[in-house]
Amino acid sequence: MNEEGIREIVLPGEFLCEKAGRKLGNGVYLEGEKVFAKVLGIPKIEENEISIIPLAGVYIPRTGDRVIGKVVSVEISGWFVDINSPYLAFLPLSEAVVEFVDIYKTDISRYFDVDDTIFCTVSKVTKDRTVQVSMKNIGSRKLHGGVLIKINPNKVPRIIGKGGSMINIIKRKTGCEIYVGRNGYIWIKGEKKTKAVEAILKIEKESHVIGLTEKIENMLSETYEQK
Amino acid sequence: MNGEYALDLIEKGKRIDGRDFLEFRKIEIEKNLIKNAEGSARVKFGETEVIASVKFDVDEPFPDTPEEGVLIVNAEFTPLASPDFEPGPPTEDAIELARVVDRGIRASKCIKMEELCIKPGEKVWYVFVDIHVINDKGNLLDASALASLVALLDAKLPKFDGEKIIRGEFERNLPVEFKPINVSVCKVKDNFLVDPTLEEEEIVDAKLSVCVRDDGKICALQKQGEKELSFEDVEKIIEIALMKSEEIRKMVS
Amino acid sequence: MSKSEVKLLVDGKRLDGRLPEELRNIEMKVDVVSRADGSAMVKFGNTIAIAAVYGPRPLYPKHLQEARTGVLRCRYNMAPFSVVERKNPGPDRRSIEISKVIRLALEPAIFLEEFPKAAIDVFVEIIQADGSTRVTGINAASLALATAGVPMKDLVVACSAGKIENTLILDLTGLEDNNSESDMAFAMMPSKKKITLLQMDGLLNREEIKKLMDMCEKACGKIYEMQKKAIREKFLVKS
Repeated sequence: MNEEGIREIVLPGEFLCEKAGRKLGNGVYLEGEKVFAKVLGIPKIEENEISIIPLAGVYIPRTGDRVIGKVVSVEISGWFVDINSPYLAFLPLSEAVVEFVDIYKTDISRYFDVDDTIFCTVSKVTKDRTVQVSMKNIGSRKLHGGVLIKINPNKVPRIIGKGGSMINIIKRKTGCEIYVGRNGYIWIKGEKKTKAVEAILKIEKESHVIGLTEKIENMLSETYEQK
Repeated sequence: MNGEYALDLIEKGKRIDGRDFLEFRKIEIEKNLIKNAEGSARVKFGETEVIASVKFDVDEPFPDTPEEGVLIVNAEFTPLASPDFEPGPPTEDAIELARVVDRGIRASKCIKMEELCIKPGEKVWYVFVDIHVINDKGNLLDASALASLVALLDAKLPKFDGEKIIRGEFERNLPVEFKPINVSVCKVKDNFLVDPTLEEEEIVDAKLSVCVRDDGKICALQKQGEKELSFEDVEKIIEIALMKSEEIRKMVS
Repeated sequence: MSKSEVKLLVDGKRLDGRLPEELRNIEMKVDVVSRADGSAMVKFGNTIAIAAVYGPRPLYPKHLQEARTGVLRCRYNMAPFSVVERKNPGPDRRSIEISKVIRLALEPAIFLEEFPKAAIDVFVEIIQADGSTRVTGINAASLALATAGVPMKDLVVACSAGKIENTLILDLTGLEDNNSESDMAFAMMPSKKKITLLQMDGLLNREEIKKLMDMCEKACGKIYEMQKKAIREKFLVKS
């Protein structure tokens, strides 16, 4: 971190530190005992773990991620879902619907159809990146109405903030219903959704600036008052 | 198909056909086999087989070299030579091979291009070298470069009466001054190999193709393969190429 | 390697006033194609290259997919107006070879195993050509890949070198390239000191090759610093 309040950025191939028995997280690689950056981002060198917060890059699904998806096709016993990744996800019928469904008699598009937006969980990723999602976790649901936007998935942690601090400010100040997918899809519903979108896009652009939470809070207060 | 097996052997110091790392397969050279070409050669490196031909034509010189002949090299990876070759326009590999062979011939000043001028600015000899792959069992580049060279050494310029070429009647040998030899040296883990077989090509880390002239000058370099080379690797490979090119040059009269 | 009466060296200086081992004026800018996942523009003197990266993205048709690793695809193209005599649009043999050579120059640096069944597409367009287009393109592509967030072992840095009138020179212009006794294209991963591109044609002995490679290595060090600066400049936002 330098005096101008900007977090230092590292480039792929730059030396970070010695491993010194620590765990290696995302975005780094090891050569001998030396740890190097693998992606463009902000280094996070802690006592127990060395990792990089990437500034760019596609979303690679990981088991447990809560994501927002868009149904792209209806199959015989499930649906293919676009989760903003080079890898298409599959939602099996058994992971989506609780009651028994006779697939030979039922057209399952009555449950989810093409273009439906869903909030779900990545339930499994094979090493060949075959991805399965599930609606079984609490909170999973179909999202009706509202607007779906796409942001750089690497900025999602910043949008959410520590313990939800950032996203809660936006929800509170705009009164909107907001679902943030780990994959960079964000769904917003409410009268002041435009203000919410503006705030989110600003965070995406200035994510590496310190004191951003305050800035956003002020920005939303001003516009709130203007209205 | 058997790349993994070949790699296993190499790590134990052996090769799939029992050769030493710096040993070529049996090289066979046959020349003057294509009646309708003004020069031709058939070269085999083990089972890899390539036919190269030289055919001449007369046309306008390039504007920046009004008194020099023109060299054009083309390579066909014919579908019969491998299940991996498909009919159609040349792939990037075929194009690369032709261009690397071309650069070796051109940069070495193998052909005396100034002696191919018929009428300055108007008529010069065009030298077409066509490489036809007959069987791909690895190391097409070295085989093609050698076949091209032998074909050039075999080539005779036809008679030209001022208007048209009189095919079948010859005036003189193609003026060839140097014999550039191409040696591709492969790196597999920490080992250096020459003349890779098809299986070995699957597992090669990196390859450097070196074209060497009679006087030891290097006329072309082309790095191939998906992995990197160190500065020391490059030096070592050039050393190997200088040594092995002599062996091949002796086979060419 | 054609005959020429053009004198390229006068009093030890090149036609553009440079010393033999001097680089041209270099400019670099990232994020020039907003639609792309990563992009950059690099200028070496009058040579201008723009590179854009799309991906990793799904690879179709499926039979081109590799089950265990991603695929890198690369297309080098010269715009019809980039050269003195208009170049017909579309790939010619030279562009096809250069596309392959650029791909192999970048591949060793990319962690392709992290994207099985996907593709990373790199497009290099030469907008203005004055020698050393492929290495300018590689420098731009490397920046584009890094800013796209593609995981890499290192950046890739490239430059050209050669021999004119018995003198070894760095960073050839178009005129120097056409009239050189020898020219070399070189690329490396600067932090790893590993070479990913090496092409040469001409007539050189071993010592000259070694000298040219050393010159290139030194120049690549300088170019690398410029690449890092170009990326950092983009992410500079004052709070």
